[in-house]
Formats: sequence, structure tokens, C-alpha cells
Amino acid sequence: MTSLWPRIEPLLAQVTKPARYIGGELGARRPVHAPGRVAWLLLYPDTYEIGLPNQGLQILYEILNERADAVAERAYAPWTDMEAAMRAASVPLFSLEGSRPAAEFDVLAFNLSAELTYTNVLNMIDLAGLPVRSSERAVSDPLVVAGGHCAFNPEPLADFVDAFVLGDGEEAVGELTAVIGSWRASGASRRDELLRALADVAGVYVPSCYEPRFEAGRLTGVTPRVPGVPERVEKRTIADLGQWPYPKQQLVPLIEVVHDRLNVEVFRGCTRGCRFCQAGMITRPVRERPAAQVDQMVRDGLDRTGYDEVTLTSLSSADFSGIGDVVSSVINDPECSGQVSVSLPSLRVDAFTVGLAAEIQKVRRTGLTFAPEGGTWRMRQVINKLIREEDLYAAVDAAFSQGWRRVKLYFLIGLPTETDEDVLGITRLAGACAEIGRRYHPGVTVTASVGGFVPKAHTPFQWFGQNTIEELRRKVGMLKDAARRTRGVTLRWHDPEATAAEGLVSRGDRRMGAVIEHVWRHGGTFQEWSEHFDLGLWTSGLEAAGLDFDDAVYRHRDQFEVLAWDHLSAGLHRDFLWQDFQEALAEHGLEDCRWTPCYDCGACTGLGVEHMVASATPPAGGSQGTGQDLATAGAVPVRFLETAGAGAPSSLVGGRVP
Amino acid sequence: MKVRARFTKIGRVRWTSHRDVARMWERALRRARVPVAYTAGFTPRPQLSFGLALPTGCESVAEYLDIALDDPVDLTELAQGVGSLLPDGVDVVGAGVVETGTRSLQEDVSSCTWEIRVPTVGPGDLDVAIERVLEADALPIQRERKGRNVVDDLRPSVLALSCAGADAYGAVLLAELGTRPRGVRPSELALALGVELGLARRTCQWIERDGSRSEPLLADPTGTAVMWERAS
Repeated sequence: MTSLWPRIEPLLAQVTKPARYIGGELGARRPVHAPGRVAWLLLYPDTYEIGLPNQGLQILYEILNERADAVAERAYAPWTDMEAAMRAASVPLFSLEGSRPAAEFDVLAFNLSAELTYTNVLNMIDLAGLPVRSSERAVSDPLVVAGGHCAFNPEPLADFVDAFVLGDGEEAVGELTAVIGSWRASGASRRDELLRALADVAGVYVPSCYEPRFEAGRLTGVTPRVPGVPERVEKRTIADLGQWPYPKQQLVPLIEVVHDRLNVEVFRGCTRGCRFCQAGMITRPVRERPAAQVDQMVRDGLDRTGYDEVTLTSLSSADFSGIGDVVSSVINDPECSGQVSVSLPSLRVDAFTVGLAAEIQKVRRTGLTFAPEGGTWRMRQVINKLIREEDLYAAVDAAFSQGWRRVKLYFLIGLPTETDEDVLGITRLAGACAEIGRRYHPGVTVTASVGGFVPKAHTPFQWFGQNTIEELRRKVGMLKDAARRTRGVTLRWHDPEATAAEGLVSRGDRRMGAVIEHVWRHGGTFQEWSEHFDLGLWTSGLEAAGLDFDDAVYRHRDQFEVLAWDHLSAGLHRDFLWQDFQEALAEHGLEDCRWTPCYDCGACTGLGVEHMVASATPPAGGSQGTGQDLATAGAVPVRFLETAGAGAPSSLVGGRVP
Repeated sequence: MKVRARFTKIGRVRWTSHRDVARMWERALRRARVPVAYTAGFTPRPQLSFGLALPTGCESVAEYLDIALDDPVDLTELAQGVGSLLPDGVDVVGAGVVETGTRSLQEDVSSCTWEIRVPTVGPGDLDVAIERVLEADALPIQRERKGRNVVDDLRPSVLALSCAGADAYGAVLLAELGTRPRGVRPSELALALGVELGLARRTCQWIERDGSRSEPLLADPTGTAVMWERAS
């Protein structure tokens, strides 16, 4: 085994944040390579700081390293200065643990969490010294695989990645290891034989086994090219999260990274049914971790890592059945002696949740974030984010009355059926929240953070034509004007050009691969980063490929048009998604199905798995339409609201969690 | 009770920043359940005070940290307990009680000794460069401070320079560099000498008092300091 360290270290003095490349995290394994082990290099196509905390990658890292037939190391995308230094010194992409060249591994496995990182995927394959196109790789080259949420529309990367894994990877990585191991043991003479064998693993999509067909510039189908492979690849789903208590040894980096704290996943899947949300749709059904296990993982994790903050992760952690018990057990633990804080991402918007937040953020009370996503009740019914205005105000009132000075609100613009009134509802809502805050403190700020909506595969909005760059710019301009006139409101917005490029890849078919390759070949890496994003590269790439934004991104698809991911299944019936889209257009919301009758989306029945929730009743105070009076959900004049924790049962405000 | 610890930063971990080292210590102290005193308020912070920042990429066998404690601890247990939880290359090599009223490390340390490798230069050439620098009246250098370019003179802070032969990594430069009004980085010294900078290691920090100098831990007047030999 080759260690490149003596050639890497001299480069470190030339680059920013050299510790990105030294590994040495608490929890990192000393890799033991052996002939009987399949060597995996797990890759995240963005910087170390962004990639290291990725839970999916860390889970698979542990599972693979626990196996007798596998060994796993990690690598992240070198920043542009390091890439230049590596290329100048002919140092290839290397693993952090053993400084081993990427090309010496059996498998390069990418986590795909964001579309604009795809050019980095190509760049990392190239830095490894391999041809970027699968068809040009030799039998001795590593296999290139990918998983993660973006793998649910893999077509734009189909020419570069040998195999995709759809859905949960916990079980699939073992099966892939076995297939690769036995192929190697049998002489490993033909790469196509390995790919064909991989296509038989449930949840694995091997693009070279499928042929996309086009007529008159439109995709008409993606069908098997070789006999025996499934016509439709179904995602993998682990039935019981409790059987997979990973990561057991979360990596603690030497340098600061995003989400730099203990992360414990409390459930996977979401049934709130927000129609714009791909994560919520493709991870169904809901599978909760037993509360006792969460408690144990939090305790062991804090002990082992020395972190003073723990995040209970999921798509909506306040919905976890055992949330109250878990939170009070951590914060009332004398071992934590008031120094450990708990945070819950994606707070449900109601005063109960703020009461919970007040309890858990006794230690560090900085800012609270809510995501109403739509500026008017009409809009929120369309997107099925059933937050009543009254509940938002009560939540904000509770937050400000309990000492928070900053509230951040997340919104989307460019949603289906959106009118200018809906857009301006954003600043109106934020302004009302600031007005509530001024009752408690004159200097409160409310930040409205506005992103352009990108329709995603396997969601009810997958047919919707994305807003153009010009339209999004106009809406942002409108909001900027309104925010200037609204006291206490700060506006932040996402670049509409980057939103357009994300749209290209998000629903692109196999032809989009040429565009990605063009952008990469012209130096377009780190497109997630505003200082590197370059719309010109994407536009010229589209032209070269004979494609355009109008057809690929802005156009509404009709009900029967073939979509680039129709041959892949996230468990959801296409009819359900279409029906839900029609409900959206009719401004009709759907309650959370955990506590109401089934809408037959397909996720539970098709996979033979049911929602695993510990509590059969919806959360106190109601949520996502369940147990709420939606007739009164619209605009409420702020002056009519009671003060001091309005809407929150007084026992919850600043008190114990029930 | 306040405890001063001496520690190393050697090997790969030298590529982490001063701030990273502070965070490593915070986590290790929590894991070792050392009763560190915290600041009051909405964002309580552990009361740790580090001495002079070590430039990223430099090694050191003489880093110091003062730790405020709520309860007394056994110095040996503290040093060994925390030391085993710090990353490879960060070893605790000494600890002592800090008397009330002792000045902070930042205020007290007036110079540092460095051992610097100078690759691609023989001891003879290094001697010539050293002589030139020591004879100079001023060593102006461009620095950026608060977003503005300023010119500082390094010369007053270059206290002593000598060449201690050579080994496989290059000529060995020994330097004593003052910390006031501003310290000199090894990279700046190399620039003034006109040589390439190899591995630089801080070997001592010095406190000057009444004409004599001592190291921050041995300066401990109570005599309770515990020192360990580094294993390697």
C-alpha cells in the first residue's frame, strides 16, 4: 500500500485551511487493507467542512469498517488551491486515513446531497486519475457508485457513475461488497459482468444496463438494454431504525465544520406531506428510533466526544413521539450540569414547540428559525405547509417573550399558482413578527430568508415549470422594496441564477450529462459556492448540447409525459403524486397521515413497512392540519393578539416539558 | 484554583490553527470531567486562557494554557487524564498551580526560542545571512493590519540568531524572537534572511523578570509544578 503523505505534506504550507487534508478525527479508523477485503473510498463532493458531518457517509463508514470483508476510508473535495497544488505536483486524490491514492481502492462511493456539486464528482474522479466516463474505464479501475437523496434522479450522472443505490444504504453496502468481492475472487476479468451482477442487487440502478429513448427532442422512456434487469428499480428501506444505532462513534474533526456537534437521528421519513419537499417524499414511511435508544446514543455520544451540543436530527424533530422525555432527560441530567444544549432542526411552528425550545436552549439562546415557506395561507395550502398565521404569531410571541432577540423565517418563491400578493405576504408576515417582537425589545430582528423553488423528482410538483431567472429576480426585487419599508425585517435571498442551474440538473435526463461535463471541463467546480458559480458555463454547455432552459426547466410537464426517473421508484404511486398536485392547484391541504386515514401514497403498502411511531395521538396543540381548526388559519391582525405567550398553554411557557 | 499546563503540538496536528487547539482542549476537558469554571450569561464559555498564538504549520514543545477551575484537582491526574484524550501530537508535559495575581501568559511572555530548519542552504550561507540581519539597523516588512498595509520593523524583535549545524532536513537555525510590541513569525524571519522556511518548532517561551528569565511553568513560585519527560 502506498502512502502519499511525504508528497502531500509539502503542499500544505501553500494552501488555506491545511487541516482539511490531515484527517486525525476522533472516531477515524486505522484502515487495515487485506486481499480478502473490498476497499471503499467514501467521497463527499464538497469541502471537508461541508462533507465531514454528513451522517449518511459516517453511517456507511462504520458499517463497512465493522465488516470482515470490507475496509473504508474517506476523502472530500480539495479546495481550488489544494487542487492546483496537487495537479502541479502530480499528487492524485487521496484518502485521509492512509494517504492512499484513490485509484488503489476497489470502490469510489459518492454521497449526492446537492445537484450543484455534480461537477465536483467529475473533478474528483478525474483527480483520482480515472476517465470520467464509465464506458472508458478499464477493468482494473475502481467501481464508481453513488447514493443519497439526489440519486433519485440519477440520469444527469448516468454517463459517469457505474451504479446508484436508491434509498437507505445500511443493508445495500454489504450486498454490494459481497458482489464485488466474489467478482474479484472469480478473476475479475470483465467489468460488464460486475455491472450486470450489481444490477441484480435490490435498489441498485446500473445506468449502462438501461437505454434512454428520445423522439423529437423528448425522452420517451428508459428501458432495459440487457435481459433480466428490473424494468423499475425500487428503493431500499430499512424497516427498523432501532436495529441501526449508527453512527456509534461520530467523527469529531480537529477543525471547525458545519453542524459541529453531536447528531443523533431520531427518526427517518416524514409524512407531513409538504409538496415541494423531496426529502419528505422519498424517505417515507416514518420510522422512529426507540426513545430509550435515542437517550442512550445521546449520553454515550456526549461522553465520548466532549461536545456540549446535541442535535436531534430528522426532517421534523419536534414531531418525535418521545421528544419531551428525551429532551428533559438530557437537560436535567446532572452530568451535563447545565452546559449541554439541545437543538431541534425544522421546528414545528407553534407555541408548544417554542416552549420546548425555551426548555432546551436554557444554555445558549441565540436565534430561532421557523419555516412557514409560504407568505399567505392560500400559498401554504397549495404547498401543504399547514401553518396557521395565528400559530406562527403565537410561536414568535412566545420566542420573543422568552428572551430570543432574533427570529429567522424561511420562505420559498416561485411556487405553483403564486401571485404577487403571495410573494408580498412574506414581508407582511415578517413585519408582523417584528412588530410582535418590539413589544418585548426595541431591537429585535426578523430575517426573511427567501429561496427560489426548484421542482424535484418524486414529488407532487415534479410536473411544474420552474420560474425563470427574470421572474425570480422580479419577485426578489419586489421583496427588497417591501423589506426596505418594513421595520425590523432583513431580507436574504438565494441567487436566481444558481436556482436555474440547480433546476437543470434536478429534473434533467441523460442528455444533461454532457452539460455537466462541459461545465467541469471549463473549470466550473464548486458551483454551490457563489464565488465560483458561473451561469455562463451552464448556458454554453446547454447550447453545445442542443438544449435550453425553456424546455429543460421552465416548461410545465403534462400528466403523461415520461419523466427521467419514471423507471425508478421511491415507493410513491405516480397517480398519488399527480392527484396531490391537482389538490395543490385546488388550494387543498392534506393532514399528516400518521394520525389520519391513509392516502395510499404507496410508501407503506408497496414496501410492506408501516409507519413506526411510538405515539398513536397527534402532538398536543395539533400539527399539520391534524386536530386544528383550519377555517381560521388565514391573516390575523397582530393588534388583536394577546401578549405574553399568546396561544401557548401557560404551563408550557418557560416551564417543564410535559 | 487556576492551573497552568504545558503541552506540545507536534506532527500532523501542526496544520491545525490556534483556535482549533483551543476547541480540542475544551472537548478533552469536558470528556475528562475536569471541573472547569464557566463564564456566566446566556453563552457560558469555559475559562481557558491560551498564551501566544502558534502560527499554523509550526510545531512546539512549549505551549501553555491557564485553566480556571471550580474545584481543586490533582495535577498529575488532570494532566494524564486530559492528555490521553487530546489528539496525537498534543501531549501534556507539565502542570502547575497559578498563584492568584499572576499575570496572564499574554502579558508575561516576552520572547520565544525557535528551532528552524532551513532547507537547501548550507550552514556557511546561513551564517552569512544571519550576520547580515544582525548588522542591519532596520528590517522593514509589509504587513496587513485591520485591512490596511503597514510597514513594521522586525529588527528590535530579533534578539539572537545562530546556526547550529545541519541535519538531513537542512541547516538548523536557532532564533530568539521578542514578542513586543509585536511578535515575529518564523516565516517573516525567513523572508528577512532570504531563505526558504522548513519546519519551525518553538522550543521555549520566556518570562523576563528582574534581569533574569525563566519559563512560565518553572517560574511558578509555589514549586508545585509537575513536569514529565516526553515519551518520544
